[in-house]
Amino acid sequence: MLEVKNITVKAGNKTLLDNASLKTEAGEVVAIVGANGAGKSTLLKAVCGDIKRTQGDVFINNKYLEDWDRCKLARVRAVLPQSSVLSFPFTVFEVALLGRNPHIRGRETKRDCDIAHEALCATEADHLTERFYPTLSGGEQQRTQLARVLAQIWEKPESSERLLLLDEPTSSLDLAHQHATLSLARKFANEGVGVLTVLHDLNLASQYADRVVMLKRGHLICEGSPRKVFNSETIREVFSIDSVVMEHPTLPCPLVIPAVVRNVNNNGNLQLAVGVVS
Amino acid sequence: MTKETLIRILPFQANSASGSRSVIVFCGLCVLLPALCFISFGVGAVKITPFEVLAILFQKQGSFDSQQETLLFAIRLPRVLLGVLVGAGLAVSGATMQGLFRNPLADPGLIGISTGCALSAAVWIVFGETVSFKLAPLLKTFSLSLVAFPGGLLATLIVYRLGQREGRTDVPTMLLAGVAVSALNISLMGILSFISTDAQLRNITFWTLGSLGGATWTMLIVTAPFILIPVIWLPKLARSLNAILLGEAEAEHLGVNTENLKRKCVVLTTMAIGASVASAGMIGFVGLVVPHLLRLLIGADHRVLLPCSALLGASLLLMADLSSRTIVAPAELPVGSITTLIGVPFFLWLLISRKS
Repeated sequence: MLEVKNITVKAGNKTLLDNASLKTEAGEVVAIVGANGAGKSTLLKAVCGDIKRTQGDVFINNKYLEDWDRCKLARVRAVLPQSSVLSFPFTVFEVALLGRNPHIRGRETKRDCDIAHEALCATEADHLTERFYPTLSGGEQQRTQLARVLAQIWEKPESSERLLLLDEPTSSLDLAHQHATLSLARKFANEGVGVLTVLHDLNLASQYADRVVMLKRGHLICEGSPRKVFNSETIREVFSIDSVVMEHPTLPCPLVIPAVVRNVNNNGNLQLAVGVVS
Repeated sequence: MTKETLIRILPFQANSASGSRSVIVFCGLCVLLPALCFISFGVGAVKITPFEVLAILFQKQGSFDSQQETLLFAIRLPRVLLGVLVGAGLAVSGATMQGLFRNPLADPGLIGISTGCALSAAVWIVFGETVSFKLAPLLKTFSLSLVAFPGGLLATLIVYRLGQREGRTDVPTMLLAGVAVSALNISLMGILSFISTDAQLRNITFWTLGSLGGATWTMLIVTAPFILIPVIWLPKLARSLNAILLGEAEAEHLGVNTENLKRKCVVLTTMAIGASVASAGMIGFVGLVVPHLLRLLIGADHRVLLPCSALLGASLLLMADLSSRTIVAPAELPVGSITTLIGVPFFLWLLISRKS
């Protein structure tokens, strides 16, 4: 349903993304991972048309991205930005309802309001409905934005498959909400939505993604199932750190444990620091 | 009328707490504005009661004298209607600009419109006399307005061109260009005031302070379409303006043609502000404070905010005009300073009471 063919993005004479291709089928969760500045967000922005591609093509439902009618596209494709600044006093409910914008002719129906409310329930932000968006915490804001984006593609349209693009949807969420958010993405995928998401946490990608795309300095290094791409060699190549990859004790997916050996103190003692990958 | 019927009139589903507050505010303003109109018709050297006003309007002979009729039709009616138009135009433009620039401090004057109008008016006051005697008398009366409008248009056009980046409108650049062009206009006006005669200087000063005193039917007919079209059209863009508050890329993803929206907003606000400044001079604060005040009361939804801004802007300007011509009667204070004098304390009170 989403097909990206050989896209290159240049800013001045700097190549941000070099000849990257990827596909996302309906019902599939694809995660883009990579170090800071590897071009993950650039790839996502190029896919949704926010930045101009130097070359290459993007197809959604076999139709060239630029040939889509803006409003029709908005009914089948939703994009969650990395961060969203909104300093005006919209309530959480009003923000979620904005997601119904492309579906509304004239004024919103009861159904639109119900969907906005259901979406807020799904992202566990329904207790915030009457709060003003600027007064929320970062995580609450992110869940509100997610609700808006989900409300946008809540119902399956007659003719077309739906696409959900997420740029670091878990960046300011606590552990429980990180998993809740990706479970939600997974649930949408199971209903036939194609999901393409930028993720930082390899273990979240491992648990929830069908396929993983690894980027390094604008190049697509490897692509495949988490089991295929997550191994010590590729992780060293992409993130320049050592890691141990083992079978997850309870889930049928690989578990990545970064084992960073660092010289931290002046006594010459080596310390083993185990932590989350960037 | 039941609450349900009221809610159905509104352009949105008012099922939340803020929704019913919008209903109350909207209805309150719908009562306030006509009331203020009737008070404005009646107050002055010759008193006309609201009943007499109605009698005159419906031509019920015998319940008013002809002096009242002449006064109402020749002076008060055009003045009040101009006040309503200018106030509504300024406030709706202000609300639109703040939404478009995603900055609650944006002011209609920000993209150079008002100072552009003011500069060309000042140029006309200082240099125009040498050519104006050749003009027809009617044209001469309106020469200042006719000159001011293209000046504002030109300033906005320059600002808009400066804000273009690779065929797209870059809002922050446009904002900065607006500040720069406004500063340039003001400094040029300073130079003009320096070389002007005392009489010209007084003219320039009074014009920059704003007044509804020059209202005539002809002026009203010329001004009305320029303000009515934006005041009616801009609320139709409210849904897109709501979306653009999230950010331009986000609005695009919600199906909004942002480039088209920006162009429409700039053209429409320029029309409204240009016509307001051309007919009534520079009237500050209405465009900034009215939308701001309403956002504190009813939230940011442009679908309610824009119509309410029109009503409150008109009301505020009528109140200001009423005070300006009663406080030191029979002389008149400049209405521009009155709008600020009324607006600021109320605004500050709202800010402080909201904090606690």
